[in-house]
Amino acid sequence: MIKADHIFKSFGENEVLKDVSMVFEPGKTNLIIGRSGAGKTVLLKLLVGLFRPTSGKVWYDDIDFYALDKKKVRAIRMEVGMLFQGSALFDSMTVEENIRFPLDMFTNDSLAEKQKRVDYCLERVDLVGTNEQYPSEISGGMQKRVGIARAIVLNPKYLFCDEPNSGLDPKTSILIDQLISSITDEFNITTVINTHDMNSVMEIGEKIALLHLGKLVWIGNKNEVMESDNEFLQQFIFASPFLQRLRKEALKK
Amino acid sequence: MLLGTFKHFGRYILLLRQAMGRPDNVRIYWKETLRQMDDIGIGSLVIVCLIAVFIGAVTAVQFSYQLGGQLIPRYYIGYIVRDMTIIELAPTFTCLVLAGKVGSNIASEIGGMRQKEHIDAMEIMGVNTAAFLIMPRLVAALVVIPMLVCIAAFVSIGGAYVASVPTGLFSSAEFVKGLRYVFEPYNVTMMLVKSVVFAFILTTVACYQGYYVQRGSIELGKASTNAVVFGDVLILVADYLIAVVLTS
Repeated sequence: MIKADHIFKSFGENEVLKDVSMVFEPGKTNLIIGRSGAGKTVLLKLLVGLFRPTSGKVWYDDIDFYALDKKKVRAIRMEVGMLFQGSALFDSMTVEENIRFPLDMFTNDSLAEKQKRVDYCLERVDLVGTNEQYPSEISGGMQKRVGIARAIVLNPKYLFCDEPNSGLDPKTSILIDQLISSITDEFNITTVINTHDMNSVMEIGEKIALLHLGKLVWIGNKNEVMESDNEFLQQFIFASPFLQRLRKEALKK
Repeated sequence: MLLGTFKHFGRYILLLRQAMGRPDNVRIYWKETLRQMDDIGIGSLVIVCLIAVFIGAVTAVQFSYQLGGQLIPRYYIGYIVRDMTIIELAPTFTCLVLAGKVGSNIASEIGGMRQKEHIDAMEIMGVNTAAFLIMPRLVAALVVIPMLVCIAAFVSIGGAYVASVPTGLFSSAEFVKGLRYVFEPYNVTMMLVKSVVFAFILTTVACYQGYYVQRGSIELGKASTNAVVFGDVLILVADYLIAVVLTS
């Protein structure tokens, strides 16, 4: 479980997050949604410690993350996997070396053991046979999957995904969503996804938090989206006339 | 401006402190250090030699022109070329060139990693990114750059020979006599001290500029330029200070 506790974050005069409190539950895909500039990425980076909050706390289970010394922060980070918007794969390394990097860095496993783990992760994300390819030689969707494989290679307890579907076609987006969702279930991971992809919201949103101008304005799940009268949610999810008509018809039925 | 300078200096010191942390995995650091040694050393060998040849050649020709027909013996030109090369030209010129080649490369590489979120990715894995990115480059530079400077010194003296003896400015015997005339081994120590200090400056300044680069290609370009400009200025300041300290 991860808990954001009365988080405020400002950059100079610009207050990006205003009193955000939320619990991200284990074994669930927790979505942070909102328009561009709502503060989603800042919140995600605060949760993983890439930014420090102006005030407020982040709890990993019962541990106050920002009160920890460097050594203990590192111990928590060993349990964290993250998929970046641009995948953040190291260009100079092959797919296999990218996935193996955390193992090389932090484990004393033999090469055979590491290879076994890398092969398992590649199989899990359906990328068997791409070991020797470089990130520049594979598609954007494949890069995301390599990013997921790298994120899960150390068996994380917490998985963070920053816009996992950005720049992908709808079909590949669905595959990535399904992959993240199944990994979350399989390993009982606390998954936090930052997205504005409507498919993701309706398909895998087991817990959804809507940010609007840095404020948390709605919390619910994918089943509650249709029925909610929350003004911000309606404006965000059913932004187009087509989707508004679709919602009306669904509610009539 | 003064406040900004102090801010940068403070951040630079803190980054260096973080970079001196214990390596997460010695084997990976060693592998990265070897890669950097190859990049910095082998990658810069041609340009260093090329510049050294011409520095030696120009020094010999210029001094031959300046001192020609006067009372000073011709072999003095060999002596002047040797000492100028060892004390000043080889370490300073080589490191100024390396600040341009290696410094801008380091700043761009680390800055690019910052922009593509590679550094964030490593941070989240728990890697001490300052140590992982700076330490191997620094160790590689501290080992390889003094070697490059020594090579530059030899090549420069060779360049002086090639440019002056076959063209008849003075004889081979005169040049060799000058090279062997009142040789002071302490000057070589001074050259090595300079090369180590300059290597430290050019590497750490470039790493600092790259590590704190902001978003955007303009910022990356600025970081790369700053790495060269600040590196060069600091090398020249350090050159003066070392000269004062080691010759007093």
